[in-house]
Amino acid sequence: MKIIKVSDITNLVEKLCIDACCVISDDINNKFKSCLETEKSPLGKNVLSTLIENAKIARDECSPMCQDTGVTVVFVKMGQNVKIEGGFIEDAINQGVRQGYEKGYLRKSVVRSPIDRVNTGDNTPAVIHYEIVPEDIFHITVSPKGFGSENKSALKMLTPSEGVEGIKRFVINTVSVAGGNPCPPIIVGVGIGGTMEKAALMSKKALLRPLNTKNPDPVLANLEAELLDEINKLGIGPAGFGGTTTALGVHIMTYATHIAGLPVSVNIGCHATRHAEGEL
Amino acid sequence: MSNKKILQAPFSDETIRSLRAGDMVYISGTIYTARDAAHKRLYEMIQRGEQMPFDFTGQVVYYAGPAPAKPGKPIGSVGPTTGGRMDAYSPTLIAEGLKVMIGKGTRSAEVIEAMKTHTGVYFAAIGGAAALMAKCVLSAEVIAFDDLGTEAIRKLQVKELPVVVAVDSAGNDVYKLAISSYQVKSL
Repeated sequence: MKIIKVSDITNLVEKLCIDACCVISDDINNKFKSCLETEKSPLGKNVLSTLIENAKIARDECSPMCQDTGVTVVFVKMGQNVKIEGGFIEDAINQGVRQGYEKGYLRKSVVRSPIDRVNTGDNTPAVIHYEIVPEDIFHITVSPKGFGSENKSALKMLTPSEGVEGIKRFVINTVSVAGGNPCPPIIVGVGIGGTMEKAALMSKKALLRPLNTKNPDPVLANLEAELLDEINKLGIGPAGFGGTTTALGVHIMTYATHIAGLPVSVNIGCHATRHAEGEL
Repeated sequence: MSNKKILQAPFSDETIRSLRAGDMVYISGTIYTARDAAHKRLYEMIQRGEQMPFDFTGQVVYYAGPAPAKPGKPIGSVGPTTGGRMDAYSPTLIAEGLKVMIGKGTRSAEVIEAMKTHTGVYFAAIGGAAALMAKCVLSAEVIAFDDLGTEAIRKLQVKELPVVVAVDSAGNDVYKLAISSYQVKSL
């Protein structure tokens, strides 16, 4: 049985908050470079090279790539036999966020209530998702989510008769309406099936899949390729200034659903789609 | 990328009129940050007939809420936020003289109409290129609404802040023009 100390959780979360905000993941940075070759718009090329330069400055100086260091979304994957010692796991995670945002000079963007909108001053509370697994592991992913892109995400309960065509229409329409606002080139996370909240969570988790990986389900892999192609025909381009690179990838996750339903959620990730992961 | 076009802020109407949607330009001089909460306050102050915290004439407003400054640095990462969220307040502020704006994303028809009437311009900075843009800031000082934290109004001295003319004073919109030229119509 694995025993995890809460102080270790706090320290790991602190580090992951800073890493996620300051260090772009290799798959995304490499994709910028390959898109720079294929992008047709001169202004679009200029934007892509600016993003590459920005990522380099952020990494070299350990400063956040984007000033919107987001709501801190934390995914915890832990074995059913793991024991947490020394306190409550949720307090430990929030303490890690507090320390990471302070030490990393990250912006505190969280308000305590959506109604009175008073800033909590330390970016807590995090939005935490737990997943219990059979393996003896403790794995954390921190994915700060800015609201330029989050605000352009959408969910719709389609009817089964709308089928794959309905799914495609909804995804493309959501990206089209979002336009230049979510900081394209974007990553499009799509959750299909389950219930309303299951679809939403899948669409967010789908953003975490590395760009250079293929969906293991060939039907979904095809659908991803088709959607990516259609989205890049929209002409939105880098920063929305027009061009052929509107999305870097489309990632789909699905789950069993009800005979009467077809929930579809689209979570849009900006060009940085920040995340960092670690294990204890 | 030769012949870098550098504009000095604050702007004259003549400069504003010379700009065309899609132009890549660089802004040097004094600009002011203000985003959602500051806009709401400025708007309410105008409604009450109160004096503005700075003279709007020709001044540039940058929709941004910076990350905290590290020791020895004037400011933290500072990229643009979505301009559309200021749409409810902008026509009123434009009429008061604050008509040079930097943000990202599309603006409403009402804002564009106000820009045409009052000779305004809306620039877009590259969303997310915030570490790079912080390097263009020479100094920063909070001049109003200190209690708003990152959303306070800051007076910045900038050098060659890279922006694109998104909507010009004739109402031409890069988001519509450029996108349509790269759009591949589906069957």
